[in-house]
Amino acid sequence: MSKLYAIKDHILEKNLFVRRIVAALIVISLLTTGLIARLVYLQIVGHEHYSSLAKDNSIKIVPLVPTRGMIYDRHGKVLAENTPSYSLEIIPEQVANMDDTLQRLQTLLDVSNEEIDQYQKLRKRQKRFVSSPLLLSMNDEQLAKFAVARPYFPGVDIHRQLVRHYPYGDLAAHVVGYVGRINESEMKDLPLAEYRGSSHMGKLGIELSYENALHGKTGYAEIETNVQARLLNTLNEVNPQPGANLYLTLDIDLQKTAYDALAGFNGAVVAIDLKTGGVLVFVSRPGFDPNPFVMGISNEDYEALQANENQPLYNRALRGLYPPGSTVKPFVALAGLEYEAITADQKLFCPGYYQLPGVTHKYRDWKKGGHGAVDMNQAITESCDVYFYRLAATLGIDNMVSFMQKFGFGEKTGIDLVGEKTGLLPTREWKREKKNQAWYPGETLITGIGQGYLQVTPIQLAKAIAALANQGKVITPFLVDKIVSAQGSSPGIGLNYNTVSVKTENVNSVIAGMVNVVHSARGTAKGINKNINYQIAGKTGTAQVLGIKQNAKYDEDSIDFKYRDHALFVSFAPVDDPKIAVVVIAENGGHGGSVAAPIAGQVIKQYLEDNHEN
Amino acid sequence: MKTETRHEQFEAPSVLGTFLRKLHIDIPLFIGLLLACILSMIILYSAGSQDMDVLIRQIGRVGLAFLLMIVLAHIDPYQFKRYATILFGIGILLLIAVLIMGQISMGAQRWLDLGFFRFQPSEMIKLTTPMMIAWYLAEYPMPPKSRQLFMASVLIIVPTLLIAKQPDLGTALLVASSGAGVLFFAGLSWWIMGGVAAVLAALTPIIWRFMHGYQRDRVLTFLNPEADPLGRGYHIIQSKIAIGSGGIYGKGWLGSTQSELEFLPESSTDFIFAVFAEEFGLLGSLGLLTLYLLIIARCFYIASQTQDTFSRLLASSLAFTFFVYVFVNVGMVIGVLPVVGVPLPLISYGGTSIVTLLAGFGILMSIHTHKKFR
Repeated sequence: MSKLYAIKDHILEKNLFVRRIVAALIVISLLTTGLIARLVYLQIVGHEHYSSLAKDNSIKIVPLVPTRGMIYDRHGKVLAENTPSYSLEIIPEQVANMDDTLQRLQTLLDVSNEEIDQYQKLRKRQKRFVSSPLLLSMNDEQLAKFAVARPYFPGVDIHRQLVRHYPYGDLAAHVVGYVGRINESEMKDLPLAEYRGSSHMGKLGIELSYENALHGKTGYAEIETNVQARLLNTLNEVNPQPGANLYLTLDIDLQKTAYDALAGFNGAVVAIDLKTGGVLVFVSRPGFDPNPFVMGISNEDYEALQANENQPLYNRALRGLYPPGSTVKPFVALAGLEYEAITADQKLFCPGYYQLPGVTHKYRDWKKGGHGAVDMNQAITESCDVYFYRLAATLGIDNMVSFMQKFGFGEKTGIDLVGEKTGLLPTREWKREKKNQAWYPGETLITGIGQGYLQVTPIQLAKAIAALANQGKVITPFLVDKIVSAQGSSPGIGLNYNTVSVKTENVNSVIAGMVNVVHSARGTAKGINKNINYQIAGKTGTAQVLGIKQNAKYDEDSIDFKYRDHALFVSFAPVDDPKIAVVVIAENGGHGGSVAAPIAGQVIKQYLEDNHEN
Repeated sequence: MKTETRHEQFEAPSVLGTFLRKLHIDIPLFIGLLLACILSMIILYSAGSQDMDVLIRQIGRVGLAFLLMIVLAHIDPYQFKRYATILFGIGILLLIAVLIMGQISMGAQRWLDLGFFRFQPSEMIKLTTPMMIAWYLAEYPMPPKSRQLFMASVLIIVPTLLIAKQPDLGTALLVASSGAGVLFFAGLSWWIMGGVAAVLAALTPIIWRFMHGYQRDRVLTFLNPEADPLGRGYHIIQSKIAIGSGGIYGKGWLGSTQSELEFLPESSTDFIFAVFAEEFGLLGSLGLLTLYLLIIARCFYIASQTQDTFSRLLASSLAFTFFVYVFVNVGMVIGVLPVVGVPLPLISYGGTSIVTLLAGFGILMSIHTHKKFR
């Protein structure tokens, strides 16, 4: 119907509206009367009943907190456990003379004035008939002394609780993580019934990503208590189900070897079991002691950790972004072969620099005089930059990127830890979007030697090198081998992989170059081939922290430690039957060959020796 | 003679009256809201474990909300009418944005992070939905015809579904009732209302199938609280014990002993009425309900004094929604309605709800103080 004919009758409308208001008021009155009736029922009729429930002998439902699951390494060594701790708690309503009691406790147990003050504050905020702790963890002497004197302290009691403990401290903190007190905002996202009574939850690492499995199922007891909140009788009980135990693929002894070998540097070591895809070593250095976080770390300590310039809280293996440097060369080489941009035997001449047609800028090789004519094997062995500039230019950025993406560059690896970084595999589209600039040919060159925008995480690099060793089988790395509960055993995220179709002969050509990196006289990591009866395939890398100006010389001794290049090494062994892949990044380590490679060599040696025995 | 007296009344109003009229504040409404907010502070201090920080934060939010109310009161209602469609459209777009972002982050999301504060589009839509429908219906004679009813239903259902999908059942309910309120005051026939109610009843089993697991749990828990004594049921049981043990006179301020209620932050938010009823008893509860009814009555008075359809529909719908707010929260806390996440208006701890509420009252004041003919 047309608006033209819609004539409003204002008086009629007004009357209609007034009638509706009256109707609304009637509805509102009726509903309000309903509410009032219910309130009267609760507060007058039911008052006695509810008062007795609230006050006198009331039945309370008390949650029974499940024991948190343990975390073990692959050989059953305990990485996270629950140890008993004893606190001294006081219920103020049951103490006749508080000042006197506190004074006597102070002399008996050597309680400090600060602890008394702290308790006084806590007590004021606590609900009635609920205890507050005077001492959070009592030592054996205090326990013994109080046990004898206990009858003289009504209302004071020892409480036993299980506290999470990490025996390896900083060694595995970035893998295992820690639990901490649940805060208000976390509480909102947790299932209410399951966490009634739970004070802690996983905050980081495996403790966080497997929180559901580790927590267990809360039970409850219906108990009868009297006015002093003393337990009279337990009426009904539903037992809690303890959390599942986790068995990691991590080898804590190998982890220690890697951690110690990296001493003196910030950085990361990641090793992957090539047969299963399980992570054997996951080192981020420096680590931190997770134990203080369990009962609540003090503000000063936390700020000190945050302010520490080595950033111990930063999980470098998972979140550290590094230019991969020359460690990408095997992948670029393989891309060249797969796209038939080059053959393995084809030689390219290296005069020590490379120039794009019509550009004066010289892209330099790390070796001043150049490498001369090199084939792929030599180019990988000696890490010839010019060879890879030329190969990258022939391949083009699009081919290079789409090939590397298949090996997991620029994507999260999917490891079972929270907070992983994506890294960066730059594309034309990315640059257009982020910088609003076209892709320059020069950027293709430096991407070919792992510099420029390219950024990887250590776990990403490990996943890629493992895939190379496994002939293109890209396995999602994982840390939890199995979850064992009363109901049985199940895998963590399990084995997930996809396969990049690559020709075996091409992969073998690249691996041959990587073998020479370690085992030939000209190899950049030849220092680690002594006293071993197996072959290691490796590739060194050096990632620039500081941009070096054209014609300027990089002089290691003359610059600050923190501006020194990062040393990288990627490797796997034994070449004939690959069992382990290792990635090492030593920040400001200078040279991949002299600093990072020996660390990988040590990890490989220990792993192969241990597994030979078995 | 008579006309002259009247004339005089307009010529010589009290100084204070002139001043407040210039401020565009409606005194009775303002006093009622202020009282409610003061009550809120008193009970929050007790429910929030006597934490001054909680109180100071809430005072800041309430102050901000009052400021917004006064600003809105200064805007001519004609402007609300003029921008109703645009505001509504923006609200819907933001709701969609929130849903998409929620999907990206693989979880429930209700807010957009604007850097300096978090903004919940669903709050804005609580006001713009009735505004939009009032704007639409005001073009036609009352009562609305079937075609307008259809359009209005679409305008209600779209935002309601978008919010229910977040999922935020409580807010969805309030948005739907604000829209339905407009239709009711526009003169929607009783027969249609009865028909819709019958259809809804018939659809219940289907709605049940589309509900989230936790939403079903809430309904089941409401029907039988004892079935889930550790979770939601525990909550209702404890809430009833708290209210019942309060008796006629209550246990006095800070006298709440139902410490079980304190295990949850919700004792200062959604379940604050339980603490209030425990400490101030039946008399206190009746007093609070009376205060709410007075505020609602004033709002309806404002609605009855309006001179155009848009203002009339908007004002009455806002008043009605405020009542729904109170009814749903109190009903849930005293165990006659299922637990949906709706705070006690003007009293519960939290910023978003009070800002939207007072913004609504700002619109009401604007409608009342900008009348062309007195």
